Amino acid sequence: MNLTVRSLVCVALCVAAACGGGGTPPQPSGAPSAAPVTNPVDPATAGSITGAVKLEGTPPAAQPINMSSDPYCMGLGKKATNQTFVAPSGGLQNVFVYVKDGLGNMKFPVPSTPVVLDQNGCWYTPRVFGVQVGQSLDIVNSDETLHNVHALPMANREFNRGQGLKGLKFTTVFTTPEVMVPFKCDVHKWMNAWIGVLDHPFYAVSGSGGAFEIKGLPPGTYTIEAWHEKLGTQTQMVTIGAKESKPISFTFKV
Amino acid sequence: MLHRFAILVAATTAVLILAGGLVTSTGSGLSVPDWPNTYGFFMFSFPLSKMVGGIRYEHTHRLIASTVGFLIVILAVWLWRAESRAWVRRLGYIALGAVITQGILGGITVLWYLPDPISIAHASLAQIVFCLTTTIALVTSPGWQRAYSVRASTPDDRVLRIVAMVTTAVVYVQIVIGAIMRHTDAGLAIPDFPLAFGHLIPPHWDAKIAVHFTHRIGALIVSLCVLATTGHVFSHHRRRPELVRPSTLLLFLLLTQITLGALTVLSGKHFIINSLHVVTGASVLVTALVMTLRAHRAQFVEHVSAGSREQDPAYTPHIRRAGPSATAVGFGETRRSSQSERRRLRPAKAGDHA
Repeated sequence: MNLTVRSLVCVALCVAAACGGGGTPPQPSGAPSAAPVTNPVDPATAGSITGAVKLEGTPPAAQPINMSSDPYCMGLGKKATNQTFVAPSGGLQNVFVYVKDGLGNMKFPVPSTPVVLDQNGCWYTPRVFGVQVGQSLDIVNSDETLHNVHALPMANREFNRGQGLKGLKFTTVFTTPEVMVPFKCDVHKWMNAWIGVLDHPFYAVSGSGGAFEIKGLPPGTYTIEAWHEKLGTQTQMVTIGAKESKPISFTFKV
Repeated sequence: MLHRFAILVAATTAVLILAGGLVTSTGSGLSVPDWPNTYGFFMFSFPLSKMVGGIRYEHTHRLIASTVGFLIVILAVWLWRAESRAWVRRLGYIALGAVITQGILGGITVLWYLPDPISIAHASLAQIVFCLTTTIALVTSPGWQRAYSVRASTPDDRVLRIVAMVTTAVVYVQIVIGAIMRHTDAGLAIPDFPLAFGHLIPPHWDAKIAVHFTHRIGALIVSLCVLATTGHVFSHHRRRPELVRPSTLLLFLLLTQITLGALTVLSGKHFIINSLHVVTGASVLVTALVMTLRAHRAQFVEHVSAGSREQDPAYTPHIRRAGPSATAVGFGETRRSSQSERRRLRPAKAGDHA
């Protein structure tokens, strides 16, 4: 009897294994089926992607932000606006550009240096940034007023922490890749930030001229995505050879 | 004195609903992440200087809620000590239980990051608390206790009872739909008014549009119910000020509420207009409730007295049909009826109502 049961269990397990298991996500095309490769970047062959994000069209006029709900913020005399299309000379700032696909099951070391999100001048600095899964994110309050840090992820755990004093620091880590995780301060409605959580280090945020660079990429073909808080996403495929620096560009239209 | 205190409690409950409306309308529900403390401070020791931004709305709401809770505790104890009618005392206990539950729901919704079902339950129970405090204020009023002095001349009106009750129920359902709309962020799902995307019926649908449109249809149904109730009062009970006054108020509140609803959409959910829409809706509800209870006044007395007349030293069977003094039966429901109370049951005077 026992033998029969064991035989049935074995047959069932074999069938399940043959079917591949429904819970396993499909591997990207061309991904090795072997065990994950840890720290696979060879500096001798690593390439990079450089480029620029441009804005086409005229963005809507910026409206000044009324900070009078907090005398401290008001007293700073900041001339903040709700303008999210920071695009001097046509280059679009604060676009999160990252490798969306093509890395297969490579595993990358988690940086020991924390990423810092600062609440300074009643504003999040930086507004758009990235962090690796497992990497520490330090959220600090540099203001002499209260803030709450409210993350609204879909795949990670939501949190809402109060920071009532200047100098307070709260450290957290994200456990699942997610692009993007919004942050907001419910005390000061105008304070928003977005963080891209990835399981690799290949991301960048466009600077004031729209320029970005993703360095240290192993040779291969990748899907690159550019994300903007108002204008959505764009993707394109890029193939990089050994030590190659590939230029690409994204153009968002208003 | 008890009646006046009950009015105060009901009024502060209305203020609390307004404060709650402001919290939701300004999106400040999570501006204070902890509960029951506020940024680590004991609630009542939180410095005024730190009440900035969204904290002003959320913390003020908590302070008013605590005040209302405290007032309802006093009201329940007061009713327990001084109220002769057991069912009124029970109303006090229920109000106390409801406000405690309401406080817990408020805390949970903050600690769980405003889950829609909890927030909607919090908004819906707030209306129940308001109904309870209003009911206590009503039934402790001299007018109610004298049965508005006109029972004999105005026979029980079954149609009015039904239409008023249906109106109250419909208004409550409409408020719950409004709460669903608010907490699922569907307030601007249809951005124009009175049309929907330029049509009578929305040309395309999703869940938010469906909730929003249901609220608009609900407003239409509420309007018809209110018109039916008030129309009935004006045509059949013009000499009963205890019905005419709430009818007039109900019509005024309905017009105000529809205007505020339209302005809420047209202003892009301006937080003050939006919050006034919430509290006016609550006012429509309790006004309809007062109308319903007054319409049931005669019925109510008979029902209660039937179960307690054996204990009633003042009870005599003929009193129930004997004109103004029949109101004594209303007090016959008490197990604490006293001589002084019965002395207060003087014959009616015109316009003698709460």
